[in-house]
Amino acid sequence: MATAVMTSLDTKSRAASRGMSDIRIRNLFIIPTILFLIVFNIFPLIYSLGYSFTDFRASSNAAARFVGLQNYRELLNDPFIWSNFAITAKYVIVSVTGQVIVGFGTAMLLNRDIPLKGLLTTLLLLPMMLSMAVVGLFWKLLYDPSFGIINYTLGLGSFEWLSNPEVALYAVAITDIWMWSPFVMLLSLAGLSAVPKHLYEAAAIDRAGPFYTFFRITLPLVAPILMIAIIFRTMEAFKTFDLAYILTSQPTTEVISIRLYKMAFQEWQTGRSCALAYIVLIMILAITNIYVKYLNKVKER
Amino acid sequence: MAAVQTRSERALNRVAIAAVLIITLIFLAPIYWITSTAFKPRNLATTIPPTVVFEPELSPFVKLFTKRSQLRGAPTPEEYAAAPWWERMVFDGGEKIVRSGRGEVQPSGYPNRFMNSLIVAITSTVLAVGMGTFTAYGFSRFRVKGEADLLFFILSTRMLPPVVVAIPMFLMYRAVGLNDTHWGLIILYTAFNLSFSVWLMKGFIDEIPKEYEEAALVDGYTRMEAFFKIVIPEAATGIAATAVFCFITAWNEYAFALIMTNRRAQTAPPFIPSQVGSGLPDWTVIAAGTFLFLLPVAIFTFLLRNHLLRGMSFGAIRK
Repeated sequence: MATAVMTSLDTKSRAASRGMSDIRIRNLFIIPTILFLIVFNIFPLIYSLGYSFTDFRASSNAAARFVGLQNYRELLNDPFIWSNFAITAKYVIVSVTGQVIVGFGTAMLLNRDIPLKGLLTTLLLLPMMLSMAVVGLFWKLLYDPSFGIINYTLGLGSFEWLSNPEVALYAVAITDIWMWSPFVMLLSLAGLSAVPKHLYEAAAIDRAGPFYTFFRITLPLVAPILMIAIIFRTMEAFKTFDLAYILTSQPTTEVISIRLYKMAFQEWQTGRSCALAYIVLIMILAITNIYVKYLNKVKER
Repeated sequence: MAAVQTRSERALNRVAIAAVLIITLIFLAPIYWITSTAFKPRNLATTIPPTVVFEPELSPFVKLFTKRSQLRGAPTPEEYAAAPWWERMVFDGGEKIVRSGRGEVQPSGYPNRFMNSLIVAITSTVLAVGMGTFTAYGFSRFRVKGEADLLFFILSTRMLPPVVVAIPMFLMYRAVGLNDTHWGLIILYTAFNLSFSVWLMKGFIDEIPKEYEEAALVDGYTRMEAFFKIVIPEAATGIAATAVFCFITAWNEYAFALIMTNRRAQTAPPFIPSQVGSGLPDWTVIAAGTFLFLLPVAIFTFLLRNHLLRGMSFGAIRK
């Protein structure tokens, strides 16, 4: 499909482009994309920055009234918002830790002489290719207390996963671990395969034990890529919406994205939700900066 | 690992193989379960102990695609005999298919949402990969002032939580009438995927030696001709891999679709969960809808398995 579009462009632009300078081509190739992204990413953000200082409600016809920093002040003093952030943090820690343990562990196992390694790796990739909303839906069936396959297999009787406020967040995290461990596994596998074999041979000659080999050779060399996987997953988990929203509606699983969604599209507190969006945005930018710092560090190697 | 395996090494390997197989089975079990539920008669979907062996049926798919109503009383023997096989399956479940005045089968909401998903995902993928390839070439081959900053800006557009962007976009779309339209979602998904497409394609194009085009330029090609005749064919596998990633993202997206659409342009991800509703959901129908929705992605994953690794780990692994 993509090539068809390009060939039609090809014939059209060829006549015009004979002798077209490199600078013109460069601008033609880059500027539309930058403009497109500014219009559909930066402009909306500026637009909502304006609303974040008002008491605007998109559901009513009343004009927006300027309220200064009131929205921000109220949000930052609201213990419920902070509890949403705390839930988000807990969720991020549980699910990312789980993914690192399962993903890295599987990668360590796969990094041996395993028959059908390629096929198994591909099969393991499947969960992360699926839609989080649809995954959430079918895990609802698996978690069902009376006929769910999980309780049956684990012999848990009619254990409540999703309607128990204590457990619901972990249930969401388990689903997230199922979905995204393969991602950590994939990156770890790439990192593991890049460790030079002669280091292991040298360690074997020195009669180094498996623990020494793991902590002194494997882990340090894989750490940078593992770190990237962790930061990637941390950012994604921080943004979680679909999975938690579909799986359960417990107050204990109300991560910040869900709070934001409810505030904006159910309570219609548009101005206030714009302010909250900005607070979230600043946090994401902070995490992003860490990400870029590590990315550059790895590239320097 | 070592050239000569010791006995303990071999034993360890056997344990590793067993562990990997078990992990794979656990990971695939949920997908197997949803697939098998999609082919079960309704009364076997929620049995305890779970039904593993059963005669597969297509009734969940028939129900998925048709509008049905509860049957008041059993159908007459003549009615039953006259009905086609798939309609009898629905009769057996205590329901009948609703027909329009002209006797045509009334479709449920699903076929329409599935088509919407296809339209939106394919169009936005073509746009994102097309623009992304041009831009990646621009960054890869020409000197751009503030290149690192621009590339970071492009990447940063992907880092915002969808809900954050959705609030202002919703207001803007409402103002210009793009709410609940295909184009509204297409534009959003293109913007969302463009950053990814630029970064991935830059990686692929960087790996094509510059000398190829330079030789073409010496032969009298213009820069544009060199781009289309040399670079694009060389980048074809990269373009295909990028396209699959963009397609999967657009195909699976939920938050924007939930907020920006309600009837006309709604895609499958917000639609399928909305069918659970209250009361006793028919899990076989939901499983059928889920199964059909997962199918294209599963096929893509298999066809492009060799490119996935490079694509997923862009920037991180390349030396």
